[in-house]
Amino acid sequence: MLSERVVNEINQIQKRYLDARACLLPALYVVQREHGWISPDALEAVGDLLNVPKATVKGVSTFYSMFRHRPIGRHVIQLCTNVACMIMGAERLVDILRSRYGIEPNSTTDDGRFSLVIMECIGACGTAPAMLVDSDFYDNLTEENVIEILERYK
Amino acid sequence: MERFLLKNIDRSDLTDMDEYIKFGGYSAILKALEMKPSDIIDEVKRSGLRGRGGAGFPTGMKWSFAAADPKKPKYLICNADEGEPGTFKDKPILEKNPHLLIEGMIISGYALQAEYGYIYLRGEYPKAKDILEKAIKQAYNRGYLGDNIHGKEVNFHLYVHQGAGAYICGEETALIESLEGKRGQPKIKPPFPVNEGFLSKPTVVNNVETLANIPYIIEIGAEAYSKIGSPECPGPKLFSVSGNVKNPGVYELPMGTTLREIIYTHCGGIRDDKKLKAVIPGGISTPILTPDKIDCPMDFVNMPKYGSMLGSGAVMVFDETVDLAKICLRAMKFFEHESCGKCTPCREGIGWMRAILERICSGSGMAGDIELLIEVSKNIAGKTFCPLGDGAAVVVQSFINNFRQEFEQHISKEFSKEIKVAA
Ligand code: SF4
Ligand code: FES
Repeated sequence: MLSERVVNEINQIQKRYLDARACLLPALYVVQREHGWISPDALEAVGDLLNVPKATVKGVSTFYSMFRHRPIGRHVIQLCTNVACMIMGAERLVDILRSRYGIEPNSTTDDGRFSLVIMECIGACGTAPAMLVDSDFYDNLTEENVIEILERYK
Repeated sequence: MERFLLKNIDRSDLTDMDEYIKFGGYSAILKALEMKPSDIIDEVKRSGLRGRGGAGFPTGMKWSFAAADPKKPKYLICNADEGEPGTFKDKPILEKNPHLLIEGMIISGYALQAEYGYIYLRGEYPKAKDILEKAIKQAYNRGYLGDNIHGKEVNFHLYVHQGAGAYICGEETALIESLEGKRGQPKIKPPFPVNEGFLSKPTVVNNVETLANIPYIIEIGAEAYSKIGSPECPGPKLFSVSGNVKNPGVYELPMGTTLREIIYTHCGGIRDDKKLKAVIPGGISTPILTPDKIDCPMDFVNMPKYGSMLGSGAVMVFDETVDLAKICLRAMKFFEHESCGKCTPCREGIGWMRAILERICSGSGMAGDIELLIEVSKNIAGKTFCPLGDGAAVVVQSFINNFRQEFEQHISKEFSKEIKVAA
């Protein structure tokens, strides 16, 4: 299930801790980066690798909002709508994405191009509103530039 | 005031170790390595430094508890999980001055005789992860990290550990659980992490800004340091300002600077010269203040006297056009989303408050809703396992106490509509 490269990387990271389980979150990150999401099989494989029961791995991974347990679009838009972003117009941006790409919060476009996730604060309140597209960060978003930015992601 | 934490960050690329050293970096560590670990702890105690994460606990005291515990190994964890809405004060250090944090951690690690350090970084800062990892690698290559640092019998290993999107992991026991590969839920104290923390070993958890102050204390000495800021809470403080001000951003100012000075002198006043309606002084979980309170000095001691808290120093400013009932609703959605689910008053109560606020804001509010909100909040406050639930309750109470008419307007608007329909 996990490629040799992934297993090697996880084994490498494991050396940073005196306890294998401490490597669980980093390991899940590696898997997610590789596959885009964390499938039930991947959960099991990570559990086997770190000697942690599958149910535990699932319990842990579902606790954190950045791990995905369903296949996801090619690009993930993580848009903050918390207070600072809200007063700078973030909710309007959600409307714009809805009308432009036909996408609802926490869903994926039919063509699989974008998934939209509503974020709690991403630490860009001073330059709000802000979003992450995959792991690229954008702030000072406006009704005009948001589409312009997203059009770079095919 | 001369800046220290943000010194030169706009002038130079301090993520490069050579640049950082050119401006005097890594000199405090050389000084510290000539001192005894216990002397460093005493120096930090004398400086009066209080933790910058929100609680304001004296740093030197926390250190001495962990140092006194004979169990080994000891751990130093940097809490870089700033997830409190409004807070982005640590970001400039993480992204633009990483070596300052690393230097602070090496000195702190030496003082505590800790052999391992982890930077628990929030998952939402992917850029900072790359920058920190690069900087750590440089520090290893130059012999500032690893075994036998600078030829001394000092070992300190440092790693970045990425969180995965859970606000509660900013709470230190939850952070440690998360670092151990568990669900990040708070644990009962005692035992305190200084005695039984990461992997049950003595562990100090300090905020990014706290650790970034350490080189400065060593450099100028506790006495000079303690003269900065306010007497009970010395030192510089990073304030992150957002909302309706002309120049939002992160400002390094002496602890105790007033809100008025922050908003009107440093941030240029209210955007479009509108009127100030309200300020949240220390991040979304701190009680909201009315404009007549902005002369309060921003520190751990004075803020409570004005009915709020310093928190993380995240100032959120609202002008006259902002609908505060909607802000309160958005805040509650946040707390509901981030409740870890461990205890019932928080898990169920916050959802209920969110539902009532939603009803009010969508125009379906009923007479008695405000009283109900207060009632529910009282059944949460003081009855939850950790401060998250309390925070949510206090936020609702402070919004209603200070801005009740904002909620009433939503409700009565709808009433008048109903009456019209009926007539
Ligand atoms: S107060 Fe909320 S966040 Fe804290 S332990 Fe209880 S459920 Fe979890
Ligand atoms: S509120 Fe959106 S980044 Fe902080």
